[in-house]
Amino acid sequence: MDDIQYISVIAAAVAVSFGAIGPALAEGKAVAAAMEAIARQPEAAGVLSRTLFVGLAMIETMAIYCLVIALLLLFANPFVK
Amino acid sequence: MKSSPLALEPGFQLGPVPVSKPVIVTWALMAALVLASLLVTRRLSLRPGTGQSALELFVETLDQQIRDTIGADPAPYRALLGTIFLFVLVANWSSLVPGVEPPTARLETDAALALIVFFATIYHGLRTRGPLGYLATFAEPSIIMIPLNLVEQITRTFSLVVRLFGNIMSGVFVIGVVLSLAGLLVPIPLMALDLLTGAVQAYIFATLAMVFIGSAVDGQGSRARD
Repeated sequence: MDDIQYISVIAAAVAVSFGAIGPALAEGKAVAAAMEAIARQPEAAGVLSRTLFVGLAMIETMAIYCLVIALLLLFANPFVK
Repeated sequence: MKSSPLALEPGFQLGPVPVSKPVIVTWALMAALVLASLLVTRRLSLRPGTGQSALELFVETLDQQIRDTIGADPAPYRALLGTIFLFVLVANWSSLVPGVEPPTARLETDAALALIVFFATIYHGLRTRGPLGYLATFAEPSIIMIPLNLVEQITRTFSLVVRLFGNIMSGVFVIGVVLSLAGLLVPIPLMALDLLTGAVQAYIFATLAMVFIGSAVDGQGSRARD
């Protein structure tokens, strides 16, 4: 293992851990807002949850991007070998 | 260390062409879907049995979703979106079969699916609006937005790929890691979670395809809805 590999492992962990913070907060906010809206208007629950799911998927993509970057660093690092 | 989730393992050699395992699983799934569809629709009757009722429920729900999202007659979109949903769902759940890795856990399958959505978006945009009308949608809401709209076409397709790949592959990966650390029967709750993730991702993939096609087709319907 040379330096680049050590740095890559650390960078992968950093990418996932810090990349998870933003989407976690955002998903919490989105779900809280949807809960409030459903509590106010239970008859709109169908539309709200559909929009919520799509929105959550959009937010989650940010965390998935970080995961993919981490995997690239671990398995397909262009600077190793 | 476990093998890379990005590398492909070869299944067998077909003449000069190496056929990888995800391709074999994909063809098996397609055959299973076609066979199941043939079996269910072979004897359609006015007093439907269990299979036909389930199928009718699915098609009606799909039609309603398309009507809500695209705001047009669902007939031209039903086949594509329904097939995408069913295929992604079955592919995600195929991890339940021992020894089968879901083909959607590979970047190539997801890229192919997303490209189908990409070209379907363009096709339906051209079909409903005509070439000039479709090109004009890129200048909405103002002409300054043209570069952004062009970039959006690429990035949203890319995010479609990465979203499905990341979710399914991470599920497979986590199960592999837990299995090697903790052993037999421990990853079962995670597999149950994977079923939920797989269903939600299939739904989201189909819904996003619907939304993309809807945005290319006509703003009229979606505006009339709200």
